[in-house]
This record gives sequence, structure tokens and C-alpha cells, in this order.
Amino acid sequence: MRRVFSGAALTLLAPLAAAQNQVNMSPGVTEIGADIFELHMLIMWICVVIGVAVFAVMFYSMYAHRKSKGHQASQFHESTKVEVAWTVVPFLILIAMAVPATSTLLEVYDNDEAELDVLITGYQWKWKYEYLEASGEPVAFFSNLATPQEEIYNTEQKGENYLLEVDEPLVIPTNTKVRFLITANDVIHSWWVPEIAVKRDAIPGFINEAWTRVPQEGIYRGQCTELCGAYHGFMPVVVHAVSRDEFDAWMAAKRGAAITQAALATQTLPVDELMDQGKAIYDSACLACHGAQGEGGIGNAIAGSALVLGDLSDHMAVVAKGVSGTAMQAFGGQLNDVEMAAVLTYQRNAFGNNTGDVVQPGDVTGMKNG
Amino acid sequence: MGDHHHGPATGITRWLFTTNHKDIGTMYLWFSFAMFLLGGFFAMVIRAELFQPGMQLVEPAFFNQMTTLHGLVMVFGAIMPSFVGLANWLIPMMIGAPDMALPRMNNWSFWILPPAFLMLASTLFMEGGAPAFGWTFYAPLSTTYAAPSVTFFIFAIHILGVSSIMGSINIIATVMNMRAPGMTYMKMPLFVWTWLITAFLLVAVMPVLAGAVTMMLMDIHFGTSFFSAAGGGDPVLFQHIFWFFGHPEVYIIILPAFGVVSQIIPAFSRKPLFGYASMVYATASIAFLSFIVWAHHMYTVGMPVAGELFFMYATMLIAVPTGVKVFNWITTMWRGALSFETPMLFCIGFLILFTLGGFTGLMLSIAPADFQYHDTYFVVAHFHYVMVAGAVFSMTAAVYYWLPKWCGRMYNEAMGKTHFWISFIGFNITFFPQHFVGLAGMPRRIPDYALQFADFNMMSSIGAFIYGASQLLFLYNVIATIVAGKPVSDEKVWDGAEGLEWTLPTPAPYHTFEEPPQVPKPVGTI
Repeated sequence: MRRVFSGAALTLLAPLAAAQNQVNMSPGVTEIGADIFELHMLIMWICVVIGVAVFAVMFYSMYAHRKSKGHQASQFHESTKVEVAWTVVPFLILIAMAVPATSTLLEVYDNDEAELDVLITGYQWKWKYEYLEASGEPVAFFSNLATPQEEIYNTEQKGENYLLEVDEPLVIPTNTKVRFLITANDVIHSWWVPEIAVKRDAIPGFINEAWTRVPQEGIYRGQCTELCGAYHGFMPVVVHAVSRDEFDAWMAAKRGAAITQAALATQTLPVDELMDQGKAIYDSACLACHGAQGEGGIGNAIAGSALVLGDLSDHMAVVAKGVSGTAMQAFGGQLNDVEMAAVLTYQRNAFGNNTGDVVQPGDVTGMKNG
Repeated sequence: MGDHHHGPATGITRWLFTTNHKDIGTMYLWFSFAMFLLGGFFAMVIRAELFQPGMQLVEPAFFNQMTTLHGLVMVFGAIMPSFVGLANWLIPMMIGAPDMALPRMNNWSFWILPPAFLMLASTLFMEGGAPAFGWTFYAPLSTTYAAPSVTFFIFAIHILGVSSIMGSINIIATVMNMRAPGMTYMKMPLFVWTWLITAFLLVAVMPVLAGAVTMMLMDIHFGTSFFSAAGGGDPVLFQHIFWFFGHPEVYIIILPAFGVVSQIIPAFSRKPLFGYASMVYATASIAFLSFIVWAHHMYTVGMPVAGELFFMYATMLIAVPTGVKVFNWITTMWRGALSFETPMLFCIGFLILFTLGGFTGLMLSIAPADFQYHDTYFVVAHFHYVMVAGAVFSMTAAVYYWLPKWCGRMYNEAMGKTHFWISFIGFNITFFPQHFVGLAGMPRRIPDYALQFADFNMMSSIGAFIYGASQLLFLYNVIATIVAGKPVSDEKVWDGAEGLEWTLPTPAPYHTFEEPPQVPKPVGTI
């Protein structure tokens, strides 16, 4: 009972503590963001001025021409001059708006001469980032929501970046023209970071382009902005802009990690390590549909599942290839052999499924090759 | 031929078999009000969940079902049928016709609606839940990734489309063939004009919607790939087709509302409508433009820049005829003899809030700025200003204005004004802060949000509960009027009211204008 009350108190107080109550668009940190912000303010002020003028006339009329004051209605009902004027003048105002709008739009569409290309793929409900560089070990990773379920379901105090935090952010160098190639694996998503003024739909089967040049280091947060299913609200975008040197160092470390991971694939790993890594993968990739205790939800239950307790190759086939026509994705392309082995081991031993099976990366490689 | 001037049949068969435009209008109006309450209930669930950050009441998947059904029920169940009901009641009375041109089809176009919505609502109880892909049902979320109930949703959309097309054909046939002698096109009341244009829009675009859902059906059940890139199709094609329907659809909703306002403002200004002819031309221009602006809903899908520019310029142009209308209404009020009964209050509310929604619409038309606005709460605020404060406010004004004519009893004015003020304030508390959270970066259609949006969301939810509650007052007022309102016998009811419907006795008899009336002088223009 006490827990319920303190939970309720936390949910009531948390918003007050964190409130900033921003009421306007942010100019952001990029040149285009500033241009869009100026355009937004320009159009808004034009609307405000027109609105004030029009409503002033209306309110004056409502005050001065009241029947209760004994005002007699006149009977005029047309005036070609006035009508032409209020058709032509708005048209001219629109032309004045269209000029800056057109030049900003052309800027947004200038995708040429990028110094770094990043392929962004939307998945239900996470983002995959791949650095497309000509040489070196390829670097690619998934970026998942890092906010714990306990915060979402109000049993723990919500953190400062509630729902806007990920396990692994996109890292880009500052003062570099970065081109984003945006696509999706399943349904349509949309990749948006307000502070750098980039929003593009991620459409399965198509690749959209967008670009940015971030002048200052920082952490920029955004969200998916196209309804993409149940957890649409839970796939944030986080971008770390770092100096070129820091970026190069980060890239080298990622490459090193990729080589280590590839080496692991040929080894026999201890059960504990598989279970630990498996839990981490389960929590980011499976939990949303299959439940924190494997109890099921959108997806079937994992706990006590005949599939999971049964033949390993059938189990892996479902995880790797997905189930067509359902929300169960094909994870074969998302998880490497080590990760696949870990998550299979975890599912077969957690939630009371104590099969005792230990799946090694070599087993996964073997099954893949038939 | 004895009992020719009979009244209505008794019992349930009166309503089941009726071909009388007034009975059918009444049924449409009550049905749409029921749907308004249902859609409103879904909205209350949404706002209750969004009252605070964190998940409290419903699961994310169910939240999406609520947003989807809220949109579908409000657009197709509440707003559209309510204006069809109004058209049924008023068009024959306004043009001096005894009934609609196709009375049996009229019966049919109403009676297929309730089963369609029953089917749509029943998807809530199906395995996998109701449709959860938004009222815009973008593929492939609505095809490959949808719950099995999507098939029932498609069937429901088909039936609604059939109903709308039949209703529109009926209105076109009535207006073209059944006007009283002397009632030329340019003498028709503006409500009739706006509905005539709306009916043409409906006939043009409902088949496109039917095409879209049929393609979905084929993709889901018959192995085609219209909207799947894996099979050579194109998910963006769905959006083009949907919005080719969807954009005219929003004018289908708002044009009859313009018509209503153009009837009511002159009545309470005791002065003829300013610029009748320009109103007609502006309506026609808006209808034409509505066919060439659809992709402004899709600025972020990755269109070529030439496409973006075309749709941006075309969309901005809509501001011109819309501005003409607003200026005309205000000039109608200018130097009139104004009084502020409930219908007039709702029309002034409409004028202010719809214009605000028009301004945000102009902002949204600017493609580069839309990259920041698109799919945020700024858009949600925008379309609720034009849909609720536009269509629903004007519909409410219409009910208060014509109800005394229909039932021969006066509503309670104090209660009506109270309803207006609670609605007006509640509406603004709900939707004004949504501009702020949208600009600050809150995406639409999310069941939970980051902490910086918390205060405004709580405010929005409180406003929504106020606005929702005020509708119950409206319902009570209407029922109390019909049952026990103060009788009115004055034909005109309102001293400033003009038009043929006000020459009929009050309450309007079951059959009217069996003999065509003399059209005395220009009705719209005097």
C-alpha cells in the first residue's frame, strides 16, 4: 500500500520538478534550424498582425453596432472595390511569404558533397545506425530506448531525460556535412531531431536523404514522428555531436569492438556471460512484446512456451526469420551470432524455462549454414 | 385519394420505413450526436492517459486504438452525418421543395450507417483489438502489420462511402431539379450552395477512398503488393491516394459549416450577407483548390523539391478565398444591429477560432517550416481549431438556430449561453496549449511523453474534461426543449431570419411546400 502511495506522490511531483514549459519552436543549433525558426516567426507575426486588425474591426462592431444600444442596421451588401482589395492584398502578402520559404526549402534539399554518410533504418521500435565508409571494419549498431519500464509504469522516479534517452546514441562529428540516408525495415517511421531541424520519413523500400552540419558539440534529442505501432512513443533519437578528434577515437573503438565480437563468434563462452548478454538483448529487443517476465503481451509468452522449450533449430528459425503477418520481426539481420546465441540461451533458461541448454555462437553459425 | 395529407406513421415503422426528409434528417442528427458522444468518450480516455507522464490507465496498443477510433468516429460518424442531417431538414425547406428528390434512397443512405458503425465499434472486442493505425491508416502499418480486425474496418469504410455517395447524389438531384419557380441558382441560400459544392466533392473523392481500402484488402488477403515495396509496390502511393481523398474531405466537413455561418450571422446582424456572389465563388475556388494541394500532408516523405514547391504555393493560395469569406462575415456584421443569442455566439466563436486555425494552416503550408511542425501537437491543435471550433461550433449554432422551427419550442437561452461559454473556454484550455507542446517538440499519437510537456498536457486534459462535460448540458437543453420548451408560434422565430424555411408555420408541419411557393425576391441577397 505504501508503495502505491509513494508511487502516486512521485508521479504527481515529478512533472513539477522538471517543468520548463517551452512555448515556441527552438531555433536549434544549425544554420537551417535558424532559418526555419526565422521563417516561422515571420509568418507567425504576419498572422498576428492580420488577426489583430481583423478582430479589432469585429470587436468594435460588436460593441458599437449592438441592437441593444438601438443601432439601426444599414442594408449595404456589396462593394466591388473593397472585395477586389481584400483579394489582391492577401495575394501579395502570400508572395512575400513565398520568397523566403522557397530559398529555405532549396537549402534543405541541398544534399550534395557530404563528408560522412550514415544509413538510418527504422525498426519497430528502435533505430539502426550504419556508418557508410569506404574502408575499415563496418560500424553498425542499434539504438534502443534506455528508460526502464519501472519509470514508465510509475514505480520509480522519472529521470531528467525520461523517454528521450537511448542505450547507444548516434555519434557525429561537428562542423562536418553529414548526410543521412533514411529507410525502414517494417513500417513507416520518421526520424526527427528538432534541435538540428531534420525530419524525414523512413519508408520501407525507399531511401530518403537529409543532411546536417552541427556547429557545436552537444547532445540533441528527438523522437520518431510517424505512428509506427504500439511503441511509437518509445523510440527516441539521440545524437551526440563531438569534435572530429573525439569522433575518430570513438570510431576506432567501435571498430575494435566489432573485431573482438567477430572473434568471440568462434569461441565457447561461459554460461554466465551468455545469460548476461542475453538478458540485455532480451530487455531491449524482446521485452516490449513478450513482457518483462516472459509473460507475453503483443507477442506470445516466452515462459513455458512449447517453442522455446522444444527443438533449438525451430526456436532459432522463428527468432531469425520472424513470423510473417505478425509483429514478430526477423532478428537474423539484427543480431550477430554471439548475440543470437546469448538471447536463445537466455530465453531457454530464464522465466522458469530451465532447459539447461547452452547455445554457443558456433551452434548458431552451424544452424545458419544448414 | 382520401387522406393525402397524412402525418407520420406510428411506432418503430415510422423510423424504419420513412421517406420523409424531416424524419430522416432527425435520425441523422440524433445518430451523429450519439457518435459525437462515443468519439468524445474515446477522446476522454486519450486525455485521461495523457493527464500525466507515465502509463497509468491503458496500454500503448489500446491507446492507439483510441486515437484511431476517435478520429474515424468523429469524422465519419459525428461531423459528416450531422451536416447530412441538417441538409435533409433544410434544403427542401430552403428551396421550396416538398421533399428530397430520391426519398427511398434517402432512407437507405441513413439506415446503412448504424450497422457500419456497430461493426467498426465491435472491432474493439475482437482478437488483436480494434484498428490501431490512426484515422489516416498509412500502409504498411494498416496492411501487413495490422490486427485482423482491419478487414471489418475496410468493410465499414466501404459502407460509409456508399452512404455518403448516395446522400450526395440525392442532394445534387434535389438542388438541381426541385427548386421552386423563381429560385435561381444565384438566389439560393448560401447553405444550399455550400452543400451543393460539397456534394460534388463527395461524389468525386469517396470512390478514391473506396479504391484505397480495396487495394489494402487485396494486399492483406489476395497477395497483391500495391503498398509493399518488397513486391514492387509503393507505401507512399497509399498516402497520395489517401490524401487525394483526405484533403477534399476536410473541405467536405467545413464547407457546410461555412454555409451555416452565412445564414446565421446575417440573421443576428439584421442585415443581408455581404458579398453573396463572392461567397459562392470563394466556396467554388476552395473546392477546386482542394484537389491540387493533397501532398502538403506529406512534405516529409521525400518528394522532389519541385513537387514540394508546387504543393506549397497551391496550398498558400487557399488563404485567399478563405480570407474573402472571413472578411465578408465581418463586414456583414459591420453597421448591423447586432444581438448575441446562442446561435450568434457560436458563430462568433467559430469566426475567431476558425480564423486562428486558418492562420496555423497557413503556417503549416510553408514547407520548410513544416519540417518542424509535421506530425507534432501543433498539427493536432491546428486541425482541432478548424474541425471542432469550425465544424462542431457551427453545427451547434445550427441546432440552436433551427431547433425552434423544427419542434415549435424555444430552448433555454441562459442554458444555451452557458453551454457556449463553457465550450469556448474549455475548448481553448484544451487546444491552445497544444500549439506550445507541438512547437516544443511533442509528436502526436504518443501515449506517453517527456517531462517538459507535462504541465501543458495536464492543462489540456482538464480543458478536455470541461469541454466534454459541456456537451451533456447541450444534450439536456435540446431534450428539455423538445419535451417541455416554451412553445413558439411565430413563423420567423428570429426577427432577422430570412429565407423560405421561415415562411412555413412553426413547428414545421410533416409535409411542407406540397405546392411550390412564390419566391418573392432574391433570398440570399436581400
